[in-house]
This record gives sequence, C-alpha cells and structure tokens, in this order.
Amino acid sequence: MSDAITAEGLVKRYGEVTALDGLSLSVPQGTVLALLGPNGAGKTTTVRVLTTLLRPDGGRATVAGCDVVGDARRLRSSIGLSGQYAAVDEHLTGAENLEMIGRLYHLGARRSKARARELLERFDLTDAADRPVKGYSGGMRRRVDLAGALAADPPVLFLDEPTTGLDPRARAALWDTISELVAAGSTLLLTTQYMEEADHLADQIMVVDHGRAIARGTADELKDQVGGNRVELTVTDAAELETARQILARFAVGAVQTGPESLQVTAPVADGPESLRQVLGRLADAGVRVRDAGLRRPTLDDVYLTLTGHQASGTDPQAREAIR
Amino acid sequence: MNALTMPIADGWTIARRNTLKIRRSPDLLGSAITFPIVFVLMFAYVFGSVIHVPGMSYREFLIPGIFVQAVLVSAQVTGYTLTLDLQKGIFDRFRSLPMAPSGVLIGQTVSDLLMNLASLVVMAVMGLIVGWRVHTAPHEAVLGFGLLLLFAYAFSWFTATVALALRTPESFNNIATTLSFPLMFVSNAFLDSSELPTPLRVVAEWNPVSTITQAARELFGNTSTAMKTADAWPLQHAVTASLLWIAVILVVFIPLATRLYKKAVSA
Repeated sequence: MSDAITAEGLVKRYGEVTALDGLSLSVPQGTVLALLGPNGAGKTTTVRVLTTLLRPDGGRATVAGCDVVGDARRLRSSIGLSGQYAAVDEHLTGAENLEMIGRLYHLGARRSKARARELLERFDLTDAADRPVKGYSGGMRRRVDLAGALAADPPVLFLDEPTTGLDPRARAALWDTISELVAAGSTLLLTTQYMEEADHLADQIMVVDHGRAIARGTADELKDQVGGNRVELTVTDAAELETARQILARFAVGAVQTGPESLQVTAPVADGPESLRQVLGRLADAGVRVRDAGLRRPTLDDVYLTLTGHQASGTDPQAREAIR
Repeated sequence: MNALTMPIADGWTIARRNTLKIRRSPDLLGSAITFPIVFVLMFAYVFGSVIHVPGMSYREFLIPGIFVQAVLVSAQVTGYTLTLDLQKGIFDRFRSLPMAPSGVLIGQTVSDLLMNLASLVVMAVMGLIVGWRVHTAPHEAVLGFGLLLLFAYAFSWFTATVALALRTPESFNNIATTLSFPLMFVSNAFLDSSELPTPLRVVAEWNPVSTITQAARELFGNTSTAMKTADAWPLQHAVTASLLWIAVILVVFIPLATRLYKKAVSA
C-alpha cells in the first residue's frame, strides 16, 4: 500500500517560536491518522502545511503524490479540508455554500448544484438546505463544513479538530458520519485534543508535542504505554492523603499523581475493577475516609504526563512536582 | 479551464456569493443607499436654501457630487465586509481549493461594481425627484454614468488594499471615516471650490473627487457659464484627468491588493 500523505522533517518557525520542529509522518492510502495533542503542539500548523495554506521553512511533504510547495495547485484538486472554525458563509444557505465550493472545485454549474443536494441529503440537512447558515446550530454548521470538504469527492481529507466545541450528542453524530466516510475508503488525517476521539476514529495515533512526534501507534499500543484504567481517589482529610497515596502505590503500574489542593490521588492500575475493590478495602482497613472513588480511562493529560513528563493543559508547576 | 478563463470563472462565483450576501443583509445595502439619500435631502433642502451657485440651481450642481459620494460610502461598506471575511475561516477554505487566487479579489470588486450600479440608479431617481436634469445628449449621459462606474471599480481596489492592510473591521472603519470626510468635503462636490481660501482651494482643485465630480457635471450638463472656471489642469480637462486617475489607481492598487491578499491569508 502506498502512502497518500508523507512528511519528512517539517519545520515552521514564527519568529522565536518553533511551531514545527522536524515533524515527520506518513499515512497509508485508505487509513486514518489522528494527530493528538493540546493547543500549541503544532497540529493545526501541520494541517496548514499539508493543505498548502502555509509554506514550510524546512522539510518536504507530499499529498496524493503532489509536493506541497512545487505542485500546490494540483494538490488542491485532490484534497478536502474542514477547519477548526467552520468556514461556511453565514448569509448563504447550506445549498448555496456547497454549490459555491463545487464551482470553485471546477465541477461545473450543473454538477455543483446536483452534488450540493446529494451532500445535503447525506448529511441530513435537506430540511435546512434553503435556510441561511446563520440560523444553523453548531453541529449543523460543522456538517455543512464537512460536506464542503467532500464536494469534489477528494481522495485525501483533512479534518482539523472536527468536534471541538460541540456538545456530546453532536460529537457522537459527527463521529458516525466520519466513520462512514472512512469506511468508503478515504484517506484521512485528523487532529484532536480528545484521546477518546482519536481512539474512536483512527487506525493510528501520533502524539505531538512542541512540533515533534513523540509517540505513534494504535490506540491499544499507546494505552499499553500509558497504562490502562486509572483509579482516582478523593480523601476528606489532607492528613490522610499520604496514607492513601502509599496504599494506591502498591497497585499502581505507573506514576502516582497527588493533588494536595484537590485532595486527589490518581494512578494507572493493571486490573481496573479488581484493583479498585482492593484499594478500597485497604483504605477502609487503614481508616482513611474516602469522599469519592472511581475508575477512569486515560485522558490526554495522562498520555502527556507519561510520554513527556508534563501536563497537556498548560505547565502547572505544582502538578509537575506532584509526580513521584 | 486555462489560466485566462479560470480567474474570470472563479471571480464570477465569488461575485455571486458576495451579491447574495449583500442581498441577505439589508443593513449593508441600506447604509450604502440611505446615507446618500439623506445627503440629497439635507443638502438640497437645508443647505440648498442658503448655498447659491451662480447661474444654475444648487440641486443640479449637487447631484453629480452626491453620485461620487455614494461611491465612497459603498466602498466603505465593502471594505468592511472584506475585513469581516478575513477574520473568519472562509479565506482558508478558498485557499485550499484549486481556484485561481486572484478570483477572490476579482469577485469582490465585481460585486462592489454591481452594488454601485444599484446605488447609482437609486441616486439618479432621487435626483430626478428633487429637480436634477440631464442637459446633454443621451450618449454623453451614458458616458457620465460609465465614468462614475469605472471610478467606482478602481476605487474598490483602493478600498480592498486598505482593508487588507488593516485587517480588522474596527481599524478599517476608523481609517475609512477619517479619510473619506476630508476627501469628500475639501472638494467641489458640495460647494463651488473657487470660493475657498487659497490653501484649501488648491487641495480641492487637485482632489480626485473634484476631478470626477467636474467630469460628471460636464457629461450631464450640470455646469454654468456664470461660474468661475478653475485654472487647475485636472478641472480644465476633467474627463481626461478622471481617466488618468482611474488608470493610476488600477495600476497601483491591483498589484498591491493582490500582494496583501496573499500575505494576509498565509499568516
């Protein structure tokens, strides 16, 4: 299988700030790669370079066999982009937006019109087709934007944080739509801040930090690296936090995090429910009062903490110190 | 599609989009048309009873000036919408498509032209109602409207350049107001500029707004032999000077706007 997207040593600087620091990736045809990382990791910059919106300062990249710098015009005929901010025109109706995009892909007037109707039906927007986008919900706008990316049925798709800002129901609906697209054989590169989203949609996940790839693998491979379920405890008395930490440490398969402010102790465990049951038993024996206890799946923060030693959301020095 | 037809086809697609946008936001169309209507009424009835121009009615003198003013006002509206587009993701979408990059600005200026045409029709009707008349042959009147539209088209490229350089709607609005008022009032659009004190008179005589207004007055026959004729070359040869101004604006601002567009969208 050949690669639909390749990038080698991409570099992009903004003055002092290095947004991309030698990032390389490859996406085999018909597969999905998720770039996972927090704001500022370089995800959007990568998408902008690969979709010819930005010229890289170094490195090279090809999409559908076209060089991003030398062959930009031809490359654009082979891609569809749906951005972080739904790039649809508020004053135009859904149908007019899609027809315009079809025309700009040079599908011709009649084909553009027919394709717009087709896409509106597929994205369940037929009822709203002739209303200005202004009155659409956030989820509907994203769907129009996504439909726009598909106007010319391009072989390679880029979705930059497709569900950021959507409510859980709209997010789940959009996931279904994206899954269908992928099942139809498109190559997809998507960026996300949500571990769950990458897990749900991607064949391969690449974790990005400071403009570099720091890990790559399937969702399961990454979770093995990061550890599976977490036990999270909240004690009622700060004096008992250390005891709780010591008890949890016996079951932990990775670093134990304590939050002196939140009175929380968290650690990855090998056997979720069984570990939780035993931890609770030991805590009861030791007379530690627990306000809250539960199991949770690893979040982006956990992935980051394990792979980079710092938290995804900002650089909280206290959080860093707390890793033991 | 080849390199020549693609910018035109894509420009037309963008112009259609902009025209739909304007039609859907009556406030934009409204402000471009109501402002000059208010000016016709205010100048014709309020100042018109005080201001006298020798040898002709003030209202006939005024209307060509209002035509030029309408161009300046509607240019502000379209420049403003361009800065709004810049702040949204829509230009990213355009740039990721296999369209001609020049199509966006071609479309923008062509839709400006259509809006100016609509506004000019309203102004002309308004003028006829308050007593403005064309005293020249029909083909000269057509040339007069043609010249106004050519100026409007060239001016759109200037506005687009300013909008792309400033990039935010707020700063664009500030600059547009600060620039357009002196441009409008230190001219012969509302007053006989030969009556102004010397420094202002010189500025007014060389102001392109005066040149275009004078050319329109000549082509519509809204001039009077009783009025002092200015010595300044642009007013002596108003039609030629107007065409020169239009050519200069296009030659300078088409490449400048195109360059700024590329810079603005790739940042």
